[in-house]
Amino acid sequence: MAQDLVQAMANMKEEEALQIVDEMLEKGEDPNHILDLTSEAMRVVGERYQDGTYFLPELIMSGEMVKKIGEVLKPHLAARQDETKKLGTVVLGTVRGDIHDIGKDIVGFMLEVNGFEVIDLGIDQPEAAFVRAVKEHHPQVLALSGFLSVAFDSMKSTVEEVDAAGLRKDLRVIIGGGQMDETVRKYTGADAYGEDAMAAVAFAKKSVGVS
Amino acid sequence: MAEKPWAHMSADEKRAWRIDRWRNPPIEFVSPEAEADYKARVDRLLAAFELRKLDRVPIRINAGWWPASWAGLTPYEAMHDAARAAQAWTDFTLEFQPDPMVSPILYTTPASVFETLDYKLYSWPGHGVPKDASYQYNEKEWMLPEEYDHLISDPSDYMLRVYLPRTVGAFAGFANLHSFFDFTELPFVSGHVGSWGSPELADGLERIAAASRLVGGWAQATFAKIGELMALGFPAFDAGATKAPFDILGDSLRGTREVVIDLYRRPEKVLAACERLVPVALDWILQRPGGLSTPVVFIPLHKGADGFMSDEQFRTFYWPTLRAVILGLIEEGVIPFMFAEGRYGSRLEAIMDVPKARTVWLFDQTDMARAKQTLGKVACIEGNVPLSLIHAGTPEETAAYTRGLIDAAGEGGGFILDIGAVADSGKAENLRAMINTAKEYGRY
Repeated sequence: MAQDLVQAMANMKEEEALQIVDEMLEKGEDPNHILDLTSEAMRVVGERYQDGTYFLPELIMSGEMVKKIGEVLKPHLAARQDETKKLGTVVLGTVRGDIHDIGKDIVGFMLEVNGFEVIDLGIDQPEAAFVRAVKEHHPQVLALSGFLSVAFDSMKSTVEEVDAAGLRKDLRVIIGGGQMDETVRKYTGADAYGEDAMAAVAFAKKSVGVS
Repeated sequence: MAEKPWAHMSADEKRAWRIDRWRNPPIEFVSPEAEADYKARVDRLLAAFELRKLDRVPIRINAGWWPASWAGLTPYEAMHDAARAAQAWTDFTLEFQPDPMVSPILYTTPASVFETLDYKLYSWPGHGVPKDASYQYNEKEWMLPEEYDHLISDPSDYMLRVYLPRTVGAFAGFANLHSFFDFTELPFVSGHVGSWGSPELADGLERIAAASRLVGGWAQATFAKIGELMALGFPAFDAGATKAPFDILGDSLRGTREVVIDLYRRPEKVLAACERLVPVALDWILQRPGGLSTPVVFIPLHKGADGFMSDEQFRTFYWPTLRAVILGLIEEGVIPFMFAEGRYGSRLEAIMDVPKARTVWLFDQTDMARAKQTLGKVACIEGNVPLSLIHAGTPEETAAYTRGLIDAAGEGGGFILDIGAVADSGKAENLRAMINTAKEYGRY
């Protein structure tokens, strides 16, 4: 039944997955175990996204299923500390002047399923917000997202302010979004640009010394 | 041309009529040279559209707010000072001399219009986004899932009595209006008219009237400048826009997240809505009072790009109804101009299924050599100097890229040079390098 749940979720069978969760709870299954199974399913979804079988709809749909199952499990869950060891921390956000979030959210999703703690600051974030978050969370990676050309300059000034605050020593910066490429990377002073969410995952893993 | 009733004309006759109207606008040119330039530009674009021989690669500038920043205006200022904004766009066209003019219409509408209407779908400079940023869409589930059936059965009624009251404050009172079918029978009329009595609706109507006056002032300043540019020899490119049915549904009705969830939760509703929106997308532009000033209609493409869905999903949910809109426009003598934002590499084979030499496709990050070898056999392709290069590269890099692009996509015609993405800013010297390369290296 455990594998049925993983399969149902990985194959986008929402109703079936919810039904299995109900049945598992009725049989007295540990809700924490069910929660772990949803994470396993998300890893399968992530792999299928990575190999080009799945696209935006499946990432968003699986996020929805996790949310729904989470709501079902919530009353049954005893408080537990998340003891899973994270690979590292990534501060993520869309830069000042830009309110696009879909690309940023995909990157956040893929980083999380690959074992990173993601601090998502949201959209239209001023330079100071990134500086503050880096000081507070000590991430290994700062990931700046943006879709419009206004983002080029906001990314540049964000990198400059992070540098000026003396925070760049143990921090690697990646930029991503529709128009980002090597030319913009050089312009902004970032360490890398990502063409897609997989590139962000690879960069984050490399930054924490995991291949 | 002998006037034949429109309904009796063939698609080719309608097309010829529209082209004639574009090529011979009812204006006075400043000089015979300007008139010759205007016609040469129209003819160059038409030859590219129709995959015919031409003198050189036509040049279009996919400029968003760039004319404003070039003139020292922020987007905020451009949306608050119609006269200065219109002048900025005129000066930009005159400075860079592209083939079609760079039109201010999509950018300079006064912010006061949206403020007066309480328009909630977008943020604009100084109102939700900084003054130096462009207007941007606010992602939200503006249409609820249980409203699919209303949209499908009567799209305009749904817009008027549900969607507009939710998304535009001035229309809030429309939510309480009775059906307009009340007017088909005398005894029902008073019931309907009575529903117009709310103070909310009266206030809304005043605000709509005020917004209309604001648009009137802007339009006067703006269209005078557009007329000036035409008189100087620069044709307008597209006459207006419509959208792919899936994008109408996904962009600003259901929203990006919700529409892709619908692909799993209620796929049959998505398909029915897209099919229902085909005639809506056609009427949107074709039934506009006053007709079209050029034969070109713009269709920005959003949610069918690589990454947004699988090839199977594209062929099921996105392409059939977009193709129906394209064919419907061609049938009415229109030249559909699609802007395939993002990457479209995995769609090139599917979209080849269009009538030859009747469509134009602007690409951003799609491989143009492959586009030429596939879609380029049946359609004019346009693009794709990277925005990053224009913004942060050098003139040498830009010129080198442009030469490579002309080699890859320009052979035999059927190609228009452009920036791949909407440029809100950039380096003038890079744009000049792009343009000069086309004028010299792009000769046939």
